[in-house]
Amino acid sequence: MNKPLTLFEKIWNSHIVFQKEDYPAVLYIDAHLIHEVTSPQAFTGLKKRRIKVFRTNRTWATMDHNVPTKDQDKPIQEEMSRKQVEMLQKNCDEFGVQLYGLGHPNQGIVHIIGPELGITKPGMTIVCGDSHTSTHGAFGAIAFGIGTSEVEQVLASQAILQYKPKTMNIRIDGKLGKGVTSKDIILYIISKISTAGGTGHFVEYSGTAIENLSMEARMTICNMSIEMGARGGMIAPDEMTFAYMKGRPFAPKGKEWDKALAYWKTLKTDKDAIYDKELFIDARDIEPMITYGTNPGMGIKITETIPAEDSLENENQRNNFRSAMEYMGLSGGKPLLGQKVDYVFLGSCTNSRIEDYRNISKIVKGKKKPDWLTVYVVPGSAHVVKQIEKEGLDKIFIDAGFEMRGAGCSACLGMNEDKIPAGKYCVSTSNRNFQGRQGPGARTFLASPITAAAAAITGVVSDVRNFI
Amino acid sequence: MKKQKVTKIESTAIPLQIENVDTDQIIPARFLKSTTREGFGLNVFRDWRYDSEGNPKQHFILNHPNYKGEILLAGHNFGCGSSREHAAWALSDYGFKAVVSSFFADIFKNNALNNSLLPVQVTPDFLKLLFEIVNENHQTKIVIDVAKQTISVPSKKISETFDINPYKKICVMNGYDDVDYVVNMRGEIANFEKKRKDDYSLSF
Repeated sequence: MNKPLTLFEKIWNSHIVFQKEDYPAVLYIDAHLIHEVTSPQAFTGLKKRRIKVFRTNRTWATMDHNVPTKDQDKPIQEEMSRKQVEMLQKNCDEFGVQLYGLGHPNQGIVHIIGPELGITKPGMTIVCGDSHTSTHGAFGAIAFGIGTSEVEQVLASQAILQYKPKTMNIRIDGKLGKGVTSKDIILYIISKISTAGGTGHFVEYSGTAIENLSMEARMTICNMSIEMGARGGMIAPDEMTFAYMKGRPFAPKGKEWDKALAYWKTLKTDKDAIYDKELFIDARDIEPMITYGTNPGMGIKITETIPAEDSLENENQRNNFRSAMEYMGLSGGKPLLGQKVDYVFLGSCTNSRIEDYRNISKIVKGKKKPDWLTVYVVPGSAHVVKQIEKEGLDKIFIDAGFEMRGAGCSACLGMNEDKIPAGKYCVSTSNRNFQGRQGPGARTFLASPITAAAAAITGVVSDVRNFI
Repeated sequence: MKKQKVTKIESTAIPLQIENVDTDQIIPARFLKSTTREGFGLNVFRDWRYDSEGNPKQHFILNHPNYKGEILLAGHNFGCGSSREHAAWALSDYGFKAVVSSFFADIFKNNALNNSLLPVQVTPDFLKLLFEIVNENHQTKIVIDVAKQTISVPSKKISETFDINPYKKICVMNGYDDVDYVVNMRGEIANFEKKRKDDYSLSF
């Protein structure tokens, strides 16, 4: 009998081109997504080596990290940003890579457009020079972020040198409580195991709580796998996955669909397969979550108080906690509920899909933001922008006093002009609350889209369960 | 393309006693607009090194006049967060040849090794000892020997071995490049494509 395998091992094994003992595997890459920030130096490398892109039909480019989200039809004002975006255009033209640039109907955040267009499929290996590539794992794919030298490897050979990570199963069973979303699940996990709890591992999420999530909710969980240090995260494909995929532009059609489906149905962990690490969570223990500190592991249930400094184990942790509290302008032992906020950011590759905006609109409909608050709505792709307009959600947001923007990464990473000013508090649906992440001195509270929506209509950190 | 060879590093160290240093701290996103690999050292740890007016912050260790060197000592889980290779470029460009910590984030470790910046993972106890020694005497020399896989402080007669993958060790010591390796495999990769079953990634 064959050795029982995990889902990760099945896909990994089927992509090994070459494996020498003690050496990294030469792993075949099915789809390579690139963007303007982490690709220019890789193309320069190809030019120096005088080589071409090995498989142009397996590379997709878009512009997202550094593009403005306002006046996207006009030339980019900031010179370095404009040059970087033009460089991507030039490189794609020269090397024959398909590009969904600004103004293209498929443009958007790289991890939003892959699934949206059906480029992302079960059983694939997918890489991108961006750590949130783990998002695509929601379809039962091995997807992970890489550095620019590795982007060059993949452009040059459609393969990458990789060491096989360990496997980890995070099983969440049970029914989620009122107001608890997939964002709360992942923030809860990271608060329990820390930002290094998954390092060296590739995570599979399983259990009834995961099976009951929509595809878009599953993407949110996989997206933040990197925030616990994991190489990636994945979920076995099921009927929900297949229904989501069917009919998308890059999904198989007709007889090919049937063949693909038969294969995709084999993509699950065998009954007796062994993971290197396992974690079991009861869904009933999870509540709406929010972060209080300067890494995604510093999270609490929204009704809890910030931990007290003397509850921490060692001096290093206490030092880090003190510096986080000083940066955030907060104190240990105090609640976050009622904390006044200045900005709400509704966007990022974690939470900028149509379902996110539908859920937000249910909380916001008929209400107005307080005067002191600025609320940005930054959809993940041009398609999401169109869908928001089609469903009339933009009217709900505009009536509430929110600012509607074009697609891009925006204030998630503060690379373009969309930044949270120093000292200001922002409830954000994004993935990182690091110091300065949303702008120098910006103070971030990570939360789910509906928790952020509750803050957007009250101007303070609020328990969304009071608005459902 | 040949890279810089690293066989032995002998230097004083700069102690950055902070855990979970993320790549947004090493190089903030607003400095990622350059399309070359050079010059990122100017802005390494930008918001810890300088205030909003661009004046050096006196208390930050990189601004301390006594602390110089090619080795960065750092707390647990160094390099977490974004996959930006710019973090490794910035540290190299600033002049670091090695980072010593008790734990590294995966992507940062790969990026560092691809840029001849050596990530040296030591035990938490040894790291604590190194911090104590360097805090006590900033002129203490630390020696990292890649061939022997040792990190030692000769003046204190202490030493520890560290792990490095056998393949990466050869690359680092000889300046070999992963891209050359995979480009040489293009024939095998094309054969793999022909023989493959159950590939629906391009069926549309």
